[in-house]
Parts: sequence; structure tokens; C-alpha cells
Amino acid sequence: MSKNFRHLVSTAVPIAIENIDTDQIIPARFLKATTRDGFGENLFRDWRYDANNQPKADFVLNDPTYKGEILVGGKNFGCGSSREHAAWAIGDAGFKVVVSSFFADIFKNNALNNFILPVQVTDEFLEKIFSAIKADPLTQLEVDMEKQSIRILSTGDEAKFDINPYKKECLINGYDDIDYLLNLRKEIETYEAGREFNF
Amino acid sequence: MGKTLFDKLWDSHVVLSKPGFPDAVYINTHFIHEVTSPQAFDGLRKRGIPVFRTAKTRATADHNVPTVDQHLPIKEALSRKQVEMLTTNTKEFGVEVYGLGHPFQGIVHVIGPELGITLPGMTIVCGDSHTSTHGAFGAIAFGIGTSEVEQVLATQCILQYRPKRMKIEVNGQLKKGVLSKDIILYIISKISASGATGYFVEYAGEAIRALSMEARMTICNMSIEMGARGGLIAPDETTFEYIKGREFAPKGADWDKALAYWKTLYSDKDAEFDVTLTFDAADIEPQITYGTNPGMGMGVTQHIPTLEETDDKEKASFKKSLEYMGLEPGSELLGKKVDYVFIGSCTNSRIEDLRLVADFVKGKKKAEGVVAWIVPGSKQVEAQAKREGIDKIFEAAGFHLREPGCSACLGMNEDKIPAGMYCISTSNRNFEGRQGPNARTFLASPLSAAAAAITGKVTDVRELV
Repeated sequence: MSKNFRHLVSTAVPIAIENIDTDQIIPARFLKATTRDGFGENLFRDWRYDANNQPKADFVLNDPTYKGEILVGGKNFGCGSSREHAAWAIGDAGFKVVVSSFFADIFKNNALNNFILPVQVTDEFLEKIFSAIKADPLTQLEVDMEKQSIRILSTGDEAKFDINPYKKECLINGYDDIDYLLNLRKEIETYEAGREFNF
Repeated sequence: MGKTLFDKLWDSHVVLSKPGFPDAVYINTHFIHEVTSPQAFDGLRKRGIPVFRTAKTRATADHNVPTVDQHLPIKEALSRKQVEMLTTNTKEFGVEVYGLGHPFQGIVHVIGPELGITLPGMTIVCGDSHTSTHGAFGAIAFGIGTSEVEQVLATQCILQYRPKRMKIEVNGQLKKGVLSKDIILYIISKISASGATGYFVEYAGEAIRALSMEARMTICNMSIEMGARGGLIAPDETTFEYIKGREFAPKGADWDKALAYWKTLYSDKDAEFDVTLTFDAADIEPQITYGTNPGMGMGVTQHIPTLEETDDKEKASFKKSLEYMGLEPGSELLGKKVDYVFIGSCTNSRIEDLRLVADFVKGKKKAEGVVAWIVPGSKQVEAQAKREGIDKIFEAAGFHLREPGCSACLGMNEDKIPAGMYCISTSNRNFEGRQGPNARTFLASPLSAAAAAITGKVTDVRELV
């Protein structure tokens, strides 16, 4: 997983389903590893493989027509369990960006902490992306971090997305929250000393 | 202008607030478990740093543990390794652990409150989304990812943006046979699985005030199922009464001091919420879910929406969901055969849940062919149940009282619902495969689950109480 993100042009893999929860992204029985690696092979495990571990031909990740570093999902992507393994699985499978019209809070934080960019667009723009990919699976999307924009290259449609300035800096420069917090040691100790109820 | 309880607590925990940056928020208690902590400890090792405040960190093993024969080594190699790694990591870093065999072991969200570790006014995090449970005590409690677990281990702080505030008022009185689980399933069905995303919820109103601590925990537990960052309830006499005398609760002069502080923990009358929702408890009937997210629920006597009643944009997901469940749009669930009954999980495995179920099944017998599991939330709940003779009642009714753990809530340990089977479950998620590959889940209250165990089908429990 690369430790920063600035700009990307890529085809995309569409999963036009709403409320994709993190149990679908990586089922609990695959959370037993004690490192961050290797979760990609079980990404969407039960949508990708049948009970006999045979690939399901109709699932998009098994269809060679669709590939790329951008995953596009329906509204309320990443809801449910806080497992960061979902972000690790997505990153390990080679995705750098996830696009949806709405993200669950914890997933969004987890993605950002792994230098995967969650791009939130409107329902209408998400529909445009799905349609463009349907019309041509080789449709390329351009994601620009500096400009905070996402563009469908075949149609020229463009949308802006929000990202907070702190996280933007982290993503561009490859910093993480722990680096930031470790520098606050003095402030933390001062806080602790001043608390009457520091349980 | 007055402040919300949430803002009072948040403000008193901010270590540093800088424009354009997330707040650095101090954490009073950090619970950890075996699944989401190993990579965080690894991170500390790589950076060469210790756990900053070991006394504020507590560990237990719950997700992977079997719920039979806990005295034997865990059979599944990967589960065993993960649990062993928790023991190794906590030992190396000096963190207290309540592992298998320890009298305090149990589901992390059950043991925190019952040991008096969870207290009003605290900030509490854990690498588990159901950390919202602890909000029932008037604490800011929420689930975090593993990178955040590492942050808290390293600094006892977390970087977070302040969420918006939502107030959910439930007025009036609950009807007979309707439990707090029904309140929260009802609310989620009304506002959807993403209806509170971006918000921290405060539950208020007469119906909430009337609830026991156990029942309040059930409500706060499922805040995440509507997307909320967390949910809390202002502490009151019920809260103080519950905490008093517990293992790690303040004692003597410390208790008096704490109590005086806790009594200041409420939202001011003129505090402003970004959103306020109001419900009437009398409108709530026993609830059941029919789909594959907790927002897809209804009153037990109602019918599943028809395709015509479903929003155009949601039709594809709705159809996929019902196909998975093997159910028809527009059909009823009453009378639908169930194969498994699971009473347990961090939502409904406390002593009160077990008492309620025991009271209901006493003298009754489970239906033939139904497998009925009762999984206590902790060793202490299990011991209490045995002291009260509840275990005998379950045994006579044909229910299997197992040993504590997350069990069939999440299909991670040995307890899984077989493919295609229907399970009425007191847990919190009905996602595809949540209880095992291709398992089908109906979420309901402990009473509704117990009723289904007796009749062998989805039942309106009001007819039996």
C-alpha cells in the first residue's frame, strides 16, 4: 500500500449495491490474521466465491472486463463493523480510491488512515459514473487530490469532493495521525495533570 | 446558550483544538480485544514505543472464543493464535487482560459496565463498533479502527472531528411484551441504516428514563446500526444505583465526589441539537427484521414492503436482499418457521436478558427441531444465572446455556448458523453471511426470540405474555 496519494487516472470496478457493509467486504471468519497483509484475496469473499470456493462468474471482481484502481459502490458504503481489515482488503486488492454517494463514518476514517481516498459524490454523479461504466467498461476516471475533483474522462462530467485540510495534507505527504499525536506529548501530560476526574 | 451533554463531555476531554485540524481528544478507558489489536501492538513495536497509559487499557478475549469446553485449548488454529497473541501482547506491554478462564472474561461491552470500569463522564473507545453500548452511562463511547487503536495505545488520545448532535426522544410508555430492543429496532427501521451517520445521538424521554441500565445498553449498543458515531443517555439514579459497589467503581469519599460530578451530566434545557426526532412508545410493537441490514425491519404483524412500496433507487438492493433471505416482497413473517434461536451478543446477553427469557420459558418446552442457544455475555453473568437457578429452567425448556463469548453474532468462532437456515437472533446485525455463510437472520428482542423457540415460528409474543 503506497503511503500517499495525489492523482490517479484509472478504469473502475462498479458495485451498484447500497449499504455494502464491512461484513461483505471481508467476512469475520477472515479476520484472524495478525498482520495487515493478504486480506485482498478474501475481499468480497462470499460475493466472489460459492460454497465450494468456485468463483461466481456474474460477480464483477471475477469479470475480466472490469479492472482498475478505483472501486465504485452504492450509497452508505462501509457501514457496520469497525474492522479496519475492510480497508486493508480493499488496499491489498489494489484499490486506491473508493467512490460512493455516502460513506459510513468509521470506514471513512479507516480508509484515510490507510491512504485510500474515499470520494463522496452526489447520488446523481454516482449514477453518471455507473452509466458511463455500463456503456463502456474501459471508461476512465480521473481523481485529483489538489483540485479535489473527480472527472469521467469519456463524458467530461466533473464533480468536486470534500476532504478536510488536515487529512488532505496527510494523504499528499504520507503523514499519519500517530506522528501528529506523538508530538503532543507535553500537551497531553498537562491535560492529565489538570483533570480533577481523571478516572 | 446551554450545552448538550455530548458537548460538555467532548469539551472537557479536548487536549488540543486547532483550526483546520481534528480535535485531540483524551480517552479515559480503552478496551481492547483479540481481533483488532494485534496489528496495533505491532505498530508500537515498529515505532519502538510503549503503551502510554497501561492502567487505562483493559483487554479481554471474546470474538474468537468457543462457547463450549472453554477449559480446553481452542481447536481452530487461527483463532487460538489470535487469542494467544492477545495474552503475549498484553504481557509484553503491561496491560491487564481477562482472558479465557478468568472470572471477569466476557464480551468486552458486557464486562466494562458490570465491573464498574464504565462510568458516567468518561470517554471510552474500543476497536469494535458496538462500543456505543457504554454511552448508556452518560459517556462518550465509540468504535474505532486498528490504526486508531494504535493511536490510543501510543498517546491515550484520538484525533476526531466533532460530530453533529441528534436528540431522539421516546415519550410515553411501552406496551406489554415490548422491550428496549424493539424501541431501537423501530427507530432504525424509521430512519434507516444510515439515518444518523455523522451524528452523536442522545436518547431521552419518559420511555428511556423508565428503562433499566441493561435495557439502556441495548439501545445505545445499536446506535451504530443507524450510522451514528455513538449514542448516550444522561445518567440518573438508575445509573448510580447500578454502578454502586461494583468491582472497580469509586468507593467512599471518591464515590461521593464522583457522584456530585455525575449529577451535573445532562443537556441544558436550552441546549440546541442539530436534529431532534420524537417517537411515541405506544406506537411500538414487537419488531422483527426481514432484510439484510438492520434498517429493514417492521412490526411483527406487518408485511414486508412490496416492490411498488420500495423506492426506485433502492429496488435492486431490496430485491437482492430478499432473494438472499428467501422471502417474497409483500409477504408476512408471522408463522414463518425458524431453525435456530440465538439469545446472546453484546446487545442482549446480560443477566436481565437471561432472567426475562427464563421467566418466559419456565414450564414451557422448545419446539421440536429448533436449536436454541443462550450465550451469557460474561463469566459473571453465567455464574449469576447459575446462582439463581436459571440454568435449570433453560435446561428443562430444552435451551442450551453455553459459555460466554460473541458466539453466533458474527460467524467468526465455532458458532455458526448453517447455510440457508433461519435464525431469530437477539444480536445486532442481519447482514448477509453475518451468522455464517448464507445464514438468514431475523433480528428481534429476547422475548420474541424465546417465543419463536417455543412455537418454532415467528410469533407475536404479546399473545403469550
